Amino acid sequence: MAEFDKSSFDIGASGSLYKEKYGFYDPEKYVFKAKKGLNREIVEEISWMKNEPEWMRKFRMRALEIFFKKPLPQWGGNLNDIDFDDIYYFLRATDKAERSWEEVPKDIKNTFDRLGIPEAEKKFLAGVGAQYESEVVYHNIQESLRKQGVIFLSMDQGLAEHPDLVKKYFGTIIPAADNKFAALNSAVWSGGSFIYVPPGIHVDMPLQAYFRINAKNMGQFERTLIIADEGSYVHYVEGCTAPIYTSDSLHSAVVEIIVQKGARVRYTTIQNWSTNVYNLVTKRALAQEDATMEWVDCNLGSKLTMKYPSIYMMGKGAHGEILSVAFAGKGQHQDAGGKVVHGAPYTTSTVSSKSISKDGGRTSYRGLLKVYPGAEGVKSNVRCDALLLDEASRSDTYPYIEVDEDNVTIGHEASVSKIGEEQLFYLMSRGLTEAEASTMIVSGFIEPIVKELPMEFAVEMNRLIQLQMEGSVG
Amino acid sequence: MADELSIRNLHVQVEGKEILKGLDLIVRHGEVHAIMGPNGSGKSTLANTLAGHPKYVVTDGEILYKGESVLAWKPDERARRGIFLAFQYPMAIPGVTVANFLRTALNARRKAVGSNGAAKAVSIPEFRKLMLQRMEMLKLDPTFAARYLNDGFSGGEKKRVEILQMAVLNPEMAILDETDSGLDIDALRIVSEGVNALRGPQLGVLLITHYQRILNYIKPDFVHVLVNGKFAISGGPELALQLEEKGYDWLKEISPEEMGTGK
Ligand SMILES: Nc1ncnc2c1ncn2[C@@H]1O[C@H](COP(=O)(O)OP(=O)(O)OP(=O)(O)O)[C@@H](O)[C@H]1O
Ligand SMILES: [Mg+2]
Repeated sequence: MAEFDKSSFDIGASGSLYKEKYGFYDPEKYVFKAKKGLNREIVEEISWMKNEPEWMRKFRMRALEIFFKKPLPQWGGNLNDIDFDDIYYFLRATDKAERSWEEVPKDIKNTFDRLGIPEAEKKFLAGVGAQYESEVVYHNIQESLRKQGVIFLSMDQGLAEHPDLVKKYFGTIIPAADNKFAALNSAVWSGGSFIYVPPGIHVDMPLQAYFRINAKNMGQFERTLIIADEGSYVHYVEGCTAPIYTSDSLHSAVVEIIVQKGARVRYTTIQNWSTNVYNLVTKRALAQEDATMEWVDCNLGSKLTMKYPSIYMMGKGAHGEILSVAFAGKGQHQDAGGKVVHGAPYTTSTVSSKSISKDGGRTSYRGLLKVYPGAEGVKSNVRCDALLLDEASRSDTYPYIEVDEDNVTIGHEASVSKIGEEQLFYLMSRGLTEAEASTMIVSGFIEPIVKELPMEFAVEMNRLIQLQMEGSVG
Repeated sequence: MADELSIRNLHVQVEGKEILKGLDLIVRHGEVHAIMGPNGSGKSTLANTLAGHPKYVVTDGEILYKGESVLAWKPDERARRGIFLAFQYPMAIPGVTVANFLRTALNARRKAVGSNGAAKAVSIPEFRKLMLQRMEMLKLDPTFAARYLNDGFSGGEKKRVEILQMAVLNPEMAILDETDSGLDIDALRIVSEGVNALRGPQLGVLLITHYQRILNYIKPDFVHVLVNGKFAISGGPELALQLEEKGYDWLKEISPEEMGTGK
């Protein structure tokens, strides 16, 4: 399972257009720059720099010990080439987080301008949390949100301003000991978002955050905590693009979500890391009675992604949905999927995964469906479809199903298909070039998930797919 | 006179087997040629060959379109230059809406036409107007615009949408492969009227069918009968009536000298 071949990977694979648009970076102008490598001193320093409460310092130190003790996972993808001593664990671009766009430093602004962030905000954003390097530098919550009592801050600010709320939930859904990379994140986390939505409040517009990695060999370890109180609703959207670098980078985030009784949270991700990034993310949500949790997860880019958003349905009648798209090109491995855990009666879930492999890329679906004893009346439907664009590409499915209850309805379907010659001919016979025809078939293949994205992201997603497809045919 | 499709001594192989064994045919703009013939005689093979399907290998002969050989052109180039094939079995493309697909195709075609100084890319409102007008003509419910191309369409719906594509793309040489099979009586009339509305001095039609019925609506100028990879006989509209009555068996006895070709 770990024989991933990286001998021929090409960071320019996504095409020159991509490079033109995203392959830029600002001069590395940092107020503080930690040394490479990981040890107790670095973690102490991070906590001290952030002026954190004692419990957080201890949490970090304990997590570091766990990280050192846990062996590197030998399943999923090949992690053995990560050189943990060759990574920066903390960087920050400016001294403190900013409130208004005007206050954001100019070179950082340039970067965001090229990513279209102010534009997006103008259009429909309720608030923007833009992560530059390891720290959120810009946060803006519209007045209406503030009046509703919604908290939308960087995780660092959240900890400073709402220490009790953070302490109550931080690390409760994903404890540091969950896995080696959750431990790493717990030790060195920086940035990410903290969101609290009070009971009954519906946040009408999606809250957005943009992430990117912008320093050679730096790790990015953001930490997000979302608490949706009873009967509330929020849609959080994260989009990631990364400039292109030559040495390996590590992105290891942790996202914890608590969906209280009758609340609903949707968490949408479009990530497009440069093809040298290890993207190892732990995302988990707890859904209480009659709550709904939805993960919409689009994974492009990266060298290796291992990500399995999970939903623990612990209250009666809770509902979970995981929709994911993965695209693996040359030298890339997307090991993605999802976990739905039914811990209460009458909980329901749907998992729909679509993967595309081209130019020898590899996608794996890895999913867990678990039903605890006593969780009667559970309904779950899992469907994963893979599309292979050439003979060299590969797709595997690893569905794990553990059901300890008789009265359940469970469906599991998987398909692997290739772009058919007849489909290509049909589209070409209407004037589309072979490349346009393949792109159209691929776009159609993921459309059921893309249509769930906010408009701007759907457009961006289709554009990214187009870029990925460029030069793949002929 | 270069405004025509000219097929000369066409030999075609599919997977190493010769299917078309020397066809000659000329279709001029403004003309409708019906092609009939028994199952497996090579009608769809001819249609696919004209549209440039990679599996159909021309081993001898020539296909000229407006005086130029099409043989080196890929299917998309042929399409952009105005050759259109309405498929006997249209493919489903899940996730791609009829509207999105049609607009992409129309823009591809317009870009090609545009290089001669004509129209540019179609604007979305302009396209919507055109598409809805054509849907109306074919009595297709406007909701089809948002449906995924041929995905879950009934046999008749697929055929109607093929003609919708033709009506939007406005080709100069249309090959209709058994567009009438699968259509109910009303649909046959509606689709035929649609094709008739598109008929004109700028359009040549090759209409492949098994039945006289559609020829009552779309009056052909010529009828050709394909038997075992060769045209067994050619004639006027009356030939179709004869076939309806007598079937194909009598043709199999006709000597090679009596074989006609399209003029
Ligand atoms: N793609 C293909 N692969 C293999 N054989 C083929 C292919 N296409 C056509 N043939 C063969 O070529 C012969 C002619 O087929 P074709 O589809 O052209 O017949 P047709 O005249 O259109 O018949 P029908 O009236 O049933 O539509 C048949 O024997 C068929 O099996
Ligand atoms: Mg046929």
